Amino acid sequence: MSDSRAAILARISRSLAHEAAADAPEILQRIEAHARGPQPQWEASPRERFIEKLEKVVGTWAEVASKENIAQAVADYLAGQNLPQRLCVAPHPLLEGITWPDGFQAERRRAVGEDRVSLAVAFCAIAETGSLVLLAGPDSPTTLNFLPDDFLCVLPENRILPRMEDAWALLREERGAMPRATNIVTGPSRTADVEQTIQLGAHGPRRLHVLLLQGGA
Amino acid sequence: MKPTAHAFSANAHRALHDRTLQQALAKAGVGFVDKRRAAIDSLPEFQALREAGKRIKDHTLANLDHYLLRFEQQVMASGGSVHWAESPEQACAAVLDICKQANAKMVAKGKSMVGEEIAINDALESAGFEVVETDLGEYIIQIAHEPPSHIIAPAVHKTRGQIAELFEKLHHQSGLTRPLQTVPQIVDEARQVLREKFLAADVGITGANFLIAETGSTVIVTNEGNGDLSATLPRMHIVLASIEKVVPTLEDTSVLLRLLARSATGQEITSYTTFFTGPRRADDPDGPEQFHVVLVDNGRSRMLGGDYHEMLRCIRCGACLNHCPVYSAVGGHAYGWVYPGPMGAVLTPLMVGLQEGRPLPNASTLCGRCEEVCPMSIPLPKLLREHRRQEFAQRLTPPRARWALAAWAFFARRPELYRQATRIVIKLLNLLAGGKGRFRSLLFAQAWTAARDLPAPQGDTFMAQWKQGKRS
Repeated sequence: MSDSRAAILARISRSLAHEAAADAPEILQRIEAHARGPQPQWEASPRERFIEKLEKVVGTWAEVASKENIAQAVADYLAGQNLPQRLCVAPHPLLEGITWPDGFQAERRRAVGEDRVSLAVAFCAIAETGSLVLLAGPDSPTTLNFLPDDFLCVLPENRILPRMEDAWALLREERGAMPRATNIVTGPSRTADVEQTIQLGAHGPRRLHVLLLQGGA
Repeated sequence: MKPTAHAFSANAHRALHDRTLQQALAKAGVGFVDKRRAAIDSLPEFQALREAGKRIKDHTLANLDHYLLRFEQQVMASGGSVHWAESPEQACAAVLDICKQANAKMVAKGKSMVGEEIAINDALESAGFEVVETDLGEYIIQIAHEPPSHIIAPAVHKTRGQIAELFEKLHHQSGLTRPLQTVPQIVDEARQVLREKFLAADVGITGANFLIAETGSTVIVTNEGNGDLSATLPRMHIVLASIEKVVPTLEDTSVLLRLLARSATGQEITSYTTFFTGPRRADDPDGPEQFHVVLVDNGRSRMLGGDYHEMLRCIRCGACLNHCPVYSAVGGHAYGWVYPGPMGAVLTPLMVGLQEGRPLPNASTLCGRCEEVCPMSIPLPKLLREHRRQEFAQRLTPPRARWALAAWAFFARRPELYRQATRIVIKLLNLLAGGKGRFRSLLFAQAWTAARDLPAPQGDTFMAQWKQGKRS
């Protein structure tokens, strides 16, 4: 295998007429500049734009006045969808110490195949496309984003950034390195593989519901 | 898969007379074209993004070795491993090794065109592994034992009725007997069947739309979420990627993502865009224990700096397929290998040899729509012409075509003779047409007249009319 590595690199380097180097100055400068391409422009505020785009991809949302109201917002959603009062919850600081209504079964863990409903917290959101950004980690198991039928996600309002590039800047500032998985989630799962007809809930969640937390985390 | 590109003509003939296929193609074509148009019209910055995207790819290709090394270094720093493969055989061997070391039995696979290119499913199945395609379109063609007919919509050639029939045949064995008339019923059944596979798989294989040198991340773009389940639930994640997929930074990736989804499906962004960086960390509650990237060359390093260099900018959006009059008429299978349409007509001869792929660059009117819609501004007609040139130079062109070309060249180099000859031919054709102005059948033109009349030339030659002062 190392022979093929050498052979491939040698062929490329010969064609480019230079020596291969992971720390070649021309690429290091280019990487460190984090230069942005053309940035799409629009009039609306990030919050307005986010909601407009989220609705366009059939995501739903509700406003939540404070952390204390998250439980009620979840209960309202489950009642509205006629779902049992059971969900798995991300072990996220923002979701700690929530008092769930009587009869609620809320477990703080990763999701498994049987889970119908999950609740997580987004790292941030991208207004341009109405997307949520979730970072895998102890406080955000990736399985929550994909296994259940209904994916509920808390989004602190002050974390709605204009564009994807702003999310990268925030990620570098707050985390330093990429987590195992960075999920940019835009609406529920969908497929058009049968006669180009769009059908929601192919393999991932059938519904995506955003709880917009006023004032931020 | 064994290529049948050499038989394009026969393949295309069959496709044109396949009524079910024609139905499916008619449904698909317009949708893709209209959606792309609408998405691009609503983004004034698209042209600027297109130019920026091309610059990113050109810069990366000019430093490809540096960026690949940087990418490898970053993958290892995040706890993953990189395997380099020159050929499909080496790539398959690398994947088999990893699966064997993991004592794996079942592999859940996300959609990967490189996977098709190296025929990874055949290799895994021959070695005794169970492989399940998890993208709905790929799953459909896997159970139909067919190759994909489109690079982003692999089962675009299948009608709902055909899919229902396939599902009934296979799923009935496992006790599923619900009706399969509607699209939701079909999608739900696939969801149920494949969910069990995800949960049971030991290894997940996905492709990669981009590799990021800055972070060592691999990126996949999906709508179903199957790639993410394949990469999250099994204990091992293998990424198949070709070497030209690398880009410098997260910011560069953002530029290309804006181009990719719009060009492919007309979406602003797909439902899921995911960046994988290494295996699960010590305190992660889920995710695979191992993360492997298999970097596949398969002729690409030879394309670098050569006549087909620009093809390496391709981001596999499929826009050139959707806008190609030939693809729209015959579908993907006629092209006889993994990549169909204009991009396939350029790539296939490079990957399976010009001898085998010879008909593909010729099956084009060079109308140029593909280049027009290509987000990476790849001069596809120029590359197709280059294949034709090399075909002629290598004497692969059939004798009859060579003689015809030689005869034409003889006249073309003698303008006065050319003019006289065309005058005579026109008069002769006029005479033969007997004043009707068209032929219902004509010797040497049966391929044309079998389907429609051939118009007979009207009046004199262009040059003669020009001389007579008819200039409007």
